[in-house]
Amino acid sequence: MVNRRHFIKKAAGGLAALGSALLSKGSALAADLVAAETETTSIMDILSRKKALIKKSFRPPNYETPAGYFDAPFTPINAFFVRYHLSVIPEVKAEDWRLHIGGDAVRTPFTLTLEQLRRDFKSVEIAALCLCSGNRRGLFQPQVPGVQWGSGAMGNARWRGVRLKDVLAEAGIEKSALEVSLNGADSGVLEITPDFIKSLPLAKALDENTLIAFEMNGEPLPHWNGFPARLILPGWTATYWMKHLTDINVMAKPFDGYWMKTAYRIPSGRFPGGGFSSQETPATVPITEIVVNSLITSLIDGQAVPVFKPLEISGVAWDGGNGIAQVEISTDDGVSWHPAMLKQDYGRFSWRQWRYDFEPKRTKEYRIMARAISCSGACQPLEPIPNPSGYHHNAVQKITIRGV
Amino acid sequence: MRTLHLLLLVFTTAAAAGESRIVLKDGQGKDSVMSQCAICHSLDYIVVNDRILNRAGWEKTVDKMINLMGAPINNADRQIIVDYLALRYGK
Ligand code: HEC
Repeated sequence: MVNRRHFIKKAAGGLAALGSALLSKGSALAADLVAAETETTSIMDILSRKKALIKKSFRPPNYETPAGYFDAPFTPINAFFVRYHLSVIPEVKAEDWRLHIGGDAVRTPFTLTLEQLRRDFKSVEIAALCLCSGNRRGLFQPQVPGVQWGSGAMGNARWRGVRLKDVLAEAGIEKSALEVSLNGADSGVLEITPDFIKSLPLAKALDENTLIAFEMNGEPLPHWNGFPARLILPGWTATYWMKHLTDINVMAKPFDGYWMKTAYRIPSGRFPGGGFSSQETPATVPITEIVVNSLITSLIDGQAVPVFKPLEISGVAWDGGNGIAQVEISTDDGVSWHPAMLKQDYGRFSWRQWRYDFEPKRTKEYRIMARAISCSGACQPLEPIPNPSGYHHNAVQKITIRGV
Repeated sequence: MRTLHLLLLVFTTAAAAGESRIVLKDGQGKDSVMSQCAICHSLDYIVVNDRILNRAGWEKTVDKMINLMGAPINNADRQIIVDYLALRYGK
């Protein structure tokens, strides 16, 4: 059975009931969004072998992780967000799965079984944040169309797999190679709908951190997160992290499918990143690197906190692979900023947990903000940078709490 | 491909459980939307964009579905669907 749903909770009741368990430590962002939505949009719902997640769409399944799970350095597999574009999602069997390596810029195309992939190449593990390009789209003002994600279209995991460059070396890359395209087992209901195919610039495909992963947090990839193998592209948004990989083609020409040429693009020059010149036009460039960002996970907007009691403000911060240099907290609406304590470093592609100890002393409202600064000096803006598709929302989060 | 289509059948029947709970606002054209806009994805793609798009925005979206995604919708239905969406889900 592809999609076994154990129970479904209704919006208001379900969220209220589950709220304390799952969303209690959720960000104000998520809470705001949930409140604004109608009965059938953001209900808690269960996909097979997943915990209750915040449902954005049933088919294809788009489900975000309630922020309460972001307390852990690595997001539990059964609470990890799910994002698909197309609705036909076969449940791939390990023994039937084949990965085809080909394209007009390889010398010897070949096919791998899962066993060969695991056995014939050196395996490595990387901690990396998987972040949907449209995470927090729902927070843009004015709103932009698309899946109205809150803050939960992300998760941090340890990914184990083999280097894409090792696999490509087996096929022999021709001098003419320019891009590497990726296709997965999912497809549209109608054949005419553009298949979800992405491409990478050759240099990124050959980066030692680019993996074909088959494990996540020490377990086989779960179905909804790409079983049996998916691409891991640390530092770049999840649109490239192709699930249920079936075809990898090395090509001498830019790939011109819908999901590269039309979708997942941002206005030129408005964001840092780049790195994909073969897909750039004067007006737009493909979204690539994750921008510096952070999330407060320990407070809810409007929360009442007792005065003269220590209050831990904690959360996570991340960027596209430079690493986080500092997280600063303001408890006075941005007038003064104080460094938070950074917790364990799991590598530059992982998010970084942080905490700041605060003691509210007055019975009044406190405006709490967090801003991350990356090792390259990039800092979060106070307002999100507008763009038509609502990508890269990394504005400083503002949460109001009340000392009581 | 054959296996894909067999799987699709399983998937759509199973998915219908949750999906069938989505209720669109009443109004002329609702039936056309329910039959033509749920071929490829559940109708929550519409509900979630409630009052985000104006008439021109919905028109653009419907045309995107027809021209880029391959939605098999004829001109008469296109107009009915755009009118319905602009009136019931427009901003
Ligand atoms: C031929 C398949 C198909 C049909 C039929 C179809 N859609 Fe879509 N639609 C898609 C795909 C594919 C996406 C992208 C999904 C994603 O990225 O999650 C999409 C996305 C959307 C979105 C999200 C915003 C956007 O622009 O991507 C909206 C709204 C939407 N569809 C509305 C409709 C409406 C209204 C109809 C009926 C007129 C319709 N769809 C019919 C395939 C289809």
